Amino acid sequence: MTKKYTKEHEWIELKGDVATVGITNYAQEQIGDVVFVELPEIGDSFSAGDNACVIESVKAASDIYAPISGEIVEVNEELEANSALVNEDAEGSAWIFKMKISDESELNDTLDEEAYKAIL
Amino acid sequence: MSELKKTPLYELHLELGAKMVEFTGYSMPVQYSLGVIKEHNHTRQKAGLFDVSHMGQAWLIGESQSKVANQLEKLLPAEIEGLASGKQQYSQLLNENGGVLDDLIVTKPAEERYNDRLYMVVNAGCKDADYALMSEKLNGVKVLRLEDRAQIALQGPKAVDCLAKIVSGVENMKFMTFKCFSYNEHELLISRSGYTGEDGYEISIPENIAIEFTKKLLEMEDVEPIGLGARDSLRLEAGLCLYGNDLNETISPIDAGLLWSIGKRRRTEGGFTGSEKILKQIKSGVDKKRVGLNIEGKMPCRAGTEIFVGDKKVGIITSGGFGPTVNRPVAMAYIDKEFSAIDTDVVLKVRNKEIIAKICKMPFSKKTYVR
Repeated sequence: MTKKYTKEHEWIELKGDVATVGITNYAQEQIGDVVFVELPEIGDSFSAGDNACVIESVKAASDIYAPISGEIVEVNEELEANSALVNEDAEGSAWIFKMKISDESELNDTLDEEAYKAIL
Repeated sequence: MSELKKTPLYELHLELGAKMVEFTGYSMPVQYSLGVIKEHNHTRQKAGLFDVSHMGQAWLIGESQSKVANQLEKLLPAEIEGLASGKQQYSQLLNENGGVLDDLIVTKPAEERYNDRLYMVVNAGCKDADYALMSEKLNGVKVLRLEDRAQIALQGPKAVDCLAKIVSGVENMKFMTFKCFSYNEHELLISRSGYTGEDGYEISIPENIAIEFTKKLLEMEDVEPIGLGARDSLRLEAGLCLYGNDLNETISPIDAGLLWSIGKRRRTEGGFTGSEKILKQIKSGVDKKRVGLNIEGKMPCRAGTEIFVGDKKVGIITSGGFGPTVNRPVAMAYIDKEFSAIDTDVVLKVRNKEIIAKICKMPFSKKTYVR
């Protein structure tokens, strides 16, 4: 499936019933140099819009929201050692977590690339 | 929302691709293309150039320097009358309870033509209130604000070599001294000072040549423009207070560990606003102390984070973030005196997590002033 986006500047890529989530390139530019990513725990459950984790820059903390409801099945542990990866490859290797989703229809509320770019 | 004020370097910031943010009513650069970490490191390794034009510069003019100094000592606890010619002094404007209204630098120019005045620089967010207070309280003193001047800071180990290329003589100045220089027949007010923990200079420039002069420095290979983001991480690593965070109207300079800035004569004589409280604190001690925190792990702990020993809340972080030079989180805090000893174990509560930390000395990174 193609990537979907949220107004909160996350991206979602669905494979089967597992969604990979990260922040957009625009978001990492706004946040600036990332110095720490507080990852969620495997097994955590979130509803769409819940605070799922926090990205810290030199100056400030930014909340990252679960774009869709589900349970965390994997987190990107590489970000613990190398948080700067978020600045280098936000929409690729710096994915943040994967969640098993409960209701695919929630994706209807997300944006396609064109619609996302239109809000920037 | 009212329109943001612009410094004389505003157009230059845009040209340099700065990300602009609101800061104390001004549109200011928070970072340039390098980003906060590289800007921070560049300043520690070479030379960083900061626009500090938003800060409040003024002449305090009277019959003589000593008469102005005598009046000014009513509002702040530093030794100004005895300040040597050409030197600067860090101090604080105080309220009746000894709380800090603002922190500032007072300068006694050595130039003959300025023997009737002192030069001051105060914080941007407080400048209107500060100068209104001085106008009201200082008898026979005229407050002349220098609103037609820009101010830049050039900070870092290469600052001296870079500035000396275009203003000969600055290399002979010592830390916390001040001198007037002529640049193409324009007057520059230069001090060897700054707020990064590095050697460097603060330079007051007539606004009509501010961009031209600043560009001359930026053309040099060792000089990069630095935004407010790195300015904050640099001063925090250096253990320097930010007014509004680490100093405010409820904190006295003694609480803040700034006794060194209070004149010896004044510690016994008093005679300044808030002196009753300050002299009492000097004699009998304080309830809380400003300390550094050595934080375990990599998570930055921000201002407002509460500090615990067991179940007891013992303090609060007033500035916290990430220190690129030390490559770990850095924070300063106020903590109950009985828990303020170096190496005391404390717990920081951040978003339902408990972070382990120890009280430590500041600065986090070594200062390199040229004394």
